[in-house]
Amino acid sequence: MTVATQASVGIAVPDVALRRALRRSQRSEQLRAAALVLPLFLFLLAVFIVPIGAMLGRALFDSEVAQILPRVTAALARWDGRELPPDAAYAAVIEDIRAAREAGTLANAATRLNYDVAGFRSLLFATGRHLGDEMAGSPREFLGAIDPRWNERETWAVIRRAAGPVTDFYLLAALDLRRDANDAITGAPPEERVFRNVLGRTLWISGVVTLTCLVLGYPVAYFIARQPPTRAGVLLFLVLLPFWTSLLVRTVAWVVLLQREGILNNLLLSFGLVNEPVRMIFNRFAVYVAMVHVLLPFMVLPLYAVMKGISPSYLRAASSLGAAPLTAFRRVYVPQTLPGVGAGCLMVFIQALGYYITPALVGGADDQMISYFIAFYASKTVNWGMAAALSIMLLAATLALYAVYDRLVGIDKMRLG
Amino acid sequence: MKQRLAMKVGVLAALAVAFSASAAARDLTVVSWGGAYQDAQREAYFKPFMATGAKMAEENWDGGVGTLRTKVKGGNNNWDVVQVESEELLLGCEEGLYEKLDWGKLGGKDKYLPDAVNDCGVGAIVYSFILAYDGDKIKADAPKSWADFWNVQKWPGKRALRKGPKTTLEIALMADGVAPKDVYKTLGTDAGVERAFKKLDQIKANMVWWEKGAQPPQLLASGEVVMTDAYNGRIAAANDKDKKNFKIVWTNNLYTVDSWVIMKGTPNKADAEKFLVFVNDPKNQKNLPPRIPYGVTRKDATALIDKSVLPNLATAPENIKTALYINDKFWLENLDKLNQRFNAWVAK
Repeated sequence: MTVATQASVGIAVPDVALRRALRRSQRSEQLRAAALVLPLFLFLLAVFIVPIGAMLGRALFDSEVAQILPRVTAALARWDGRELPPDAAYAAVIEDIRAAREAGTLANAATRLNYDVAGFRSLLFATGRHLGDEMAGSPREFLGAIDPRWNERETWAVIRRAAGPVTDFYLLAALDLRRDANDAITGAPPEERVFRNVLGRTLWISGVVTLTCLVLGYPVAYFIARQPPTRAGVLLFLVLLPFWTSLLVRTVAWVVLLQREGILNNLLLSFGLVNEPVRMIFNRFAVYVAMVHVLLPFMVLPLYAVMKGISPSYLRAASSLGAAPLTAFRRVYVPQTLPGVGAGCLMVFIQALGYYITPALVGGADDQMISYFIAFYASKTVNWGMAAALSIMLLAATLALYAVYDRLVGIDKMRLG
Repeated sequence: MKQRLAMKVGVLAALAVAFSASAAARDLTVVSWGGAYQDAQREAYFKPFMATGAKMAEENWDGGVGTLRTKVKGGNNNWDVVQVESEELLLGCEEGLYEKLDWGKLGGKDKYLPDAVNDCGVGAIVYSFILAYDGDKIKADAPKSWADFWNVQKWPGKRALRKGPKTTLEIALMADGVAPKDVYKTLGTDAGVERAFKKLDQIKANMVWWEKGAQPPQLLASGEVVMTDAYNGRIAAANDKDKKNFKIVWTNNLYTVDSWVIMKGTPNKADAEKFLVFVNDPKNQKNLPPRIPYGVTRKDATALIDKSVLPNLATAPENIKTALYINDKFWLENLDKLNQRFNAWVAK
């Protein structure tokens, strides 16, 4: 027994040492590989993942009001919301408004609360101006005398809804929903509903653009794939040519072409095809034209790459087995191009979802896509919570489509060449 | 080696000197909107001010009360006098970003247009949203009011307005016969908002929306629209520089005021006040409008302004008679809600 153990140990010792050495060398190899990826990873983390995450977080985290008006938000945390809040909340709001006025932060709280209910801004500031008055009666009577809105449940519900630290206010608003005084989710009034409509329109425009690109791009890719290499090179160069011009310039060029006294209208008029200028700009038609023009190469390139790899012998085999040319094309050729079709459609569709400049420049008011509203809230009204919530909607729509595509076609089947 | 060390020391010393210089006294810094406007201000105000022996530096900015908030609250503010829009004036004054002005030094509140007077700011220029059309395309029988803007039978074609509820809703109500003095009273009620959108429904199919001030003259020039609202200065500039024949209808124009403010806690407060006294002297104010067609805010400056320029100004007695002052207090309160409503309406 002892002998056997000794023997086995005698063999095992070098084996363990070898494995350890092997592992060490592998580990250093892995470390070296990781070190090569590390700069890019850190770069993406620092300039992409963290800032975007922080930006999107603005739709969910809402701590500003709680910081500026701490006493009243604490007092309202225990409030059941069915009747008016207790006297303590009234006393607390007086203290908070006074302190916030002195610190100069009242305006920030007022801005946030005014998102929910128009008029909250003046309620806070008017109340603040009257706090110097002699307080007659209880805090409840005092505030009620300054503004009767302090005797409405909804006023307090607005503060509680904004008390954070987590809020669904922006996300609900991005879906045209809101919470009422009873904390139940209801639809926004019909005349203020906009975002569901916009999301639907964004998907629709992207879909139409993708289909148009496919219909226009498939024959082009097929044609180029069947040319001799030199000519194919020239043709591909022509396909890529638009990339050499900036997106903005290409879009503005469409404005020049399509406008009322533009080149196209002048041609149509001079040939007598129309009697008065046709309206071709600032509408959906112009958006489709300009977006298809910009995105077409993203359809042609993957299609071409896949078609190039399809051996002509398949089609010859099909005909020799008696298939008519159309049948052979439909049942043998087209199925083989599907990975390219999938890749092209996905690339065009996802890019189209985020389009902003093109619809903004050539579209009308009812052709704006979701990115327009993200920019509107981010830069015009500086309501970052709303901008972030809409960005989350856009991201969710993109990911959902990606998942659907993966389910139907399989992302592993996608080929770019 | 020694040489490099010496150089390093030298650079460090230079930096230290530069830094301490900037931390200590700096010249009065005046911030305005840049571009053609600041060029005009330089000739009319800045150069003559410096000719009196005063020292000043100029900068420009793009607006936004957040910028000023960061400067004051961040504790390293390097601006002294800033030109702000009316909304920034209100917000910043509420937040305590500006010094309160000593109106006695500025000649007294009654010397100024009433809308140019604020605890924190003194009006610098007055400009208007006006109705504009191309005089080469509409010759006889031209539109005269916002009601005519709605008349698509008589003047067929597209119209343009600024995208957004601010100014658009006021224009709709005035086109519907509401007097300027009643516009915000009406707009403050749900029925009034309803009325404005109903009026806009009538021409919705004929509308094009602009967002940047440069667009209205382009839309008129390309024939895309027959009428538009626009900043009066842009239309005058197009006539002046591009030899256009655009016409302005001043009836019921909507005007607003940009103001000078002094940043809170500035070490150059005395110089800043001197600057404001200088630019609010009617003898100096009269030199701005000939360079750019914006009205000035001293009542007694109007009489001194070159007569040929006067009809182009929002402050000309003829032009201001039927005008509506854009009420920023109203918009501060209602913009979020009406933006939402407008976006929903315009997207349908």
